[in-house]
Amino acid sequence: MSTTTTLEQPKTGTWDGGNEPMKASYGKLMMWFFLLSDTFTFGAFLTTYGLIRHRHNAYTGTAEDFTFSTAYWPIPEKVFNAFPGFHGVDLPLAFVALMTMILILSSVTMVLAVEAGHRIDKNDVQKWLLWTILFGSTFLACQAWEWSHFITGSDQGMLMPDGTRFFGANLAQNEYGPVLFADLFFFITGFHGTHVFSGIVLLIIMFITTVNGTFQRRGHYEMVEKIGLYWHFVDLVWVFVFTFFYLV
Amino acid sequence: MASTDISLHKDVHHDHDAHDEHDHHDQHFIFKYIFSQDHKVIAKQFLITGIIWAFIGGALSSIFRLQLGWPQATMEWLEPVLGKWIEGGKLSPDFYLGLVTMHGTIMVFFVLTAGLSGTFSNFLIPLQIGARDMASGFLNMLSYWFFFLSSIVLFFSMFLETGPASAGWTIYPPLSALPQAMPGSGAGMTMWIVAMALFIVSQLLGGINYITTIINLRTKGMSMTKLPLTIWAFLLTAILGVLSFPVLLSAVLLLIFDRSFGTSFYLSEIYVAGEALANVGGSPILFQHLFWFLGHPEVYIVILPGFGIVSEIIATNARKPIFGYRAMIGSLLGISLLSFVVWAHHMFVSGMNPFLGSVFMFLTLIIAVPSAVKVFNWIATLWRGNIVFTVPMLFSIGFVSLFISGGLTGIILGNSALDIQVHNTYFVVAHFHLVMGSSAFFGMFAGVYHWYPKMFGRMMDEKLGYVHFWLTFIGVYMVFMPMHYVGIAGFPRRYYSWTSFDLFSSFANINMYISLAAIIAWLAQFIFLFNFVYSMFRGRKATANPWRSNTLEWTTPVNPGHGNWPGPIPAVYRWPYDYSKPGAEDDFIPQNVPFSQTQSSNLPHDKE
Ligand code: HEM
Ligand SMILES: [Cu+2]
Repeated sequence: MSTTTTLEQPKTGTWDGGNEPMKASYGKLMMWFFLLSDTFTFGAFLTTYGLIRHRHNAYTGTAEDFTFSTAYWPIPEKVFNAFPGFHGVDLPLAFVALMTMILILSSVTMVLAVEAGHRIDKNDVQKWLLWTILFGSTFLACQAWEWSHFITGSDQGMLMPDGTRFFGANLAQNEYGPVLFADLFFFITGFHGTHVFSGIVLLIIMFITTVNGTFQRRGHYEMVEKIGLYWHFVDLVWVFVFTFFYLV
Repeated sequence: MASTDISLHKDVHHDHDAHDEHDHHDQHFIFKYIFSQDHKVIAKQFLITGIIWAFIGGALSSIFRLQLGWPQATMEWLEPVLGKWIEGGKLSPDFYLGLVTMHGTIMVFFVLTAGLSGTFSNFLIPLQIGARDMASGFLNMLSYWFFFLSSIVLFFSMFLETGPASAGWTIYPPLSALPQAMPGSGAGMTMWIVAMALFIVSQLLGGINYITTIINLRTKGMSMTKLPLTIWAFLLTAILGVLSFPVLLSAVLLLIFDRSFGTSFYLSEIYVAGEALANVGGSPILFQHLFWFLGHPEVYIVILPGFGIVSEIIATNARKPIFGYRAMIGSLLGISLLSFVVWAHHMFVSGMNPFLGSVFMFLTLIIAVPSAVKVFNWIATLWRGNIVFTVPMLFSIGFVSLFISGGLTGIILGNSALDIQVHNTYFVVAHFHLVMGSSAFFGMFAGVYHWYPKMFGRMMDEKLGYVHFWLTFIGVYMVFMPMHYVGIAGFPRRYYSWTSFDLFSSFANINMYISLAAIIAWLAQFIFLFNFVYSMFRGRKATANPWRSNTLEWTTPVNPGHGNWPGPIPAVYRWPYDYSKPGAEDDFIPQNVPFSQTQSSNLPHDKE
């Protein structure tokens, strides 16, 4: 090639412009950056959890002798040990483990929906979206049960200074321990639940649009892929919430 | 001239496939000027809203400067405007606190964040990278309208019976968390939070759009190291915003729960009016950490666009390549990175662990290095330049001057031991008004004067511009220099009245002087306002490239239409700073001129 022709042409490397250097459409990039910013929102909440927990005393006795008290942070296994239909049976973290499994399962079906989208297979996309919606909703239903159990409280409740008993927890009182334990529980799982809820709404919109054949006509299912990114993100966040609240 | 073959229609519709908008040539007024998706119109919307806010913010500061400068004076003459905020001829102390809070909020967020980034990121990103528009015109439009809604909420909060939010622009709890704490903590605070939530949504929509546009829509040949420094600055500003504003959102969401739903995230063991509150276990320091995790990057969100604008204008008007282009990018990256790890220098005196304080002191002082790199590079660019003293150039030089003056005091404040003396005094006020407030305003003025011809097709009046510059430049120094002095003496900020401290009565004159200078400097801005509006209709008609500049926006028609270039988008061959290149015919070679046309000036490495 002569020098003039090279001098006549702009460069054409990956980052030399006129292309999509990250091999992603602008819409997908936008979703990625949104998720990055949402990571910081959740990050701030989890940091808040860490700092506030650090400000409270830890329980130092043996697990067998543990009783609820506002003097120290409770042991999660003692708080979250109920299972629907097994009243009074001590099943530490069993229910939340089930919830987590269901949510992870919904991530798997989401992957399958996206994969079906790549094959432009309308029926499969529909099927897997529906499964994802189902699992997502089940997760929310489980969370609703978990919340209502937490709010209703144990059979013995907490003895108040005036001699009455207080059962369960709300944002200002908490029979399981310091009130901030309940505040953070409601706030963070609630915020996550709101994300799951928005995800389900988006998935339902995707489902309707798929049924109407809009994506089929468009020739690609990128929209499903973008919502898929969001859905995986929400699942991933749950893993962190779960670890913070239930495991450590 | 070689060029890409993307046609106007294909590209525009590619960008707008989410909604039907078929006829761009014959749009209804409402879609052309109000619900417009054209980045140039949205930029002007941000600019004009920002200017309105700036005048409101300035007016508020003039009122509280009146109080500080002439504490004995009666202000009955303000009663028609302020109504019952004037009590028996005196400014109400509660309202004073509301004034400082609103002044800070308006200036930092509504003017120097939305007004500055919103204007110039929107206007310049597509034009300078060679794109038809933003990646998503629709989200871009939403970004403006969320900002507009937010503005409405904040504006009306000033007319509440109990007054606007009054806890300072940093809204520290417990003042902000307990509605009963003071009048402004009630409905005013609620509206502040609502306004800020809307504002954050607007910032995220805008920021995500700017980033994706810069990544995906650069024209052929526009590599990252051929980008004008403006674009680098806007890119990093947007990244800072996308990563730090969500944390403010988290902070205010928790605050809302403390305020309205009885939680105790920020509250512990508090007495209000002699009565103990039930809240235990929370921490107001937690709020400070969350706030400043946004707050410090935020100050760089304010100043980075100025860095970019000034680099561009100084190179153009010194007729020299910017000194150390890569070092400029490197220092922008360094500052952006560091800005996330220094936040606690605002909390040295908050009861934070002093060991943590010394870690943050160390990190804070490192920022001086990339900041100094930038300053030296600007000076080196000016050095022996063929300087053209246009109005934007004067404002850019003023920017550098103010940034140095204010930055030096930052190094003093960054020492945790020295900060014990000067924290919460007028020394801090002087520091950040020079380094952030005034500098960023100078960057904004420079940008407006420089790109006005591209925005409105006319030039702003030069004579008025010079008067505006000198009055503002001298005015700003007259206002903020004396503040260092009273600050070192211990004069506290945010105090309604200091007359009961004998210690400070010797400062009565200096306070009067500052107030006088501040009000004159504020009045001088009306010269700008007049010039801005007048030139839109009567200004000298601009030529296509009035500053003989290299960047792509000057290759568009004088009044670029929707899609920016009537023909194909120009391709890019060279960096934007080929000024006074030895051997070249002109003293500038625009980015879209291929090397084959400049054989006489090509350097060995250009031929690769
Ligand atoms: C050399 C670089 C800088 C250093 C070391 C520095 C250091 C500091 C420190 C330690 C404080 C806290 C003072 C106190 O409250 O006692 C402070 C306040 C402040 N700085 Fe800087 N600063 C620097 C540059 C900047 C820049 C570039 C900006 C903005 C563009 C800025 C904006 C502010 C603001 C707005 C405040 C006050 C916030 C408030 O309390 O209302 N600073 N600075
Ligand atoms: Cu800072």
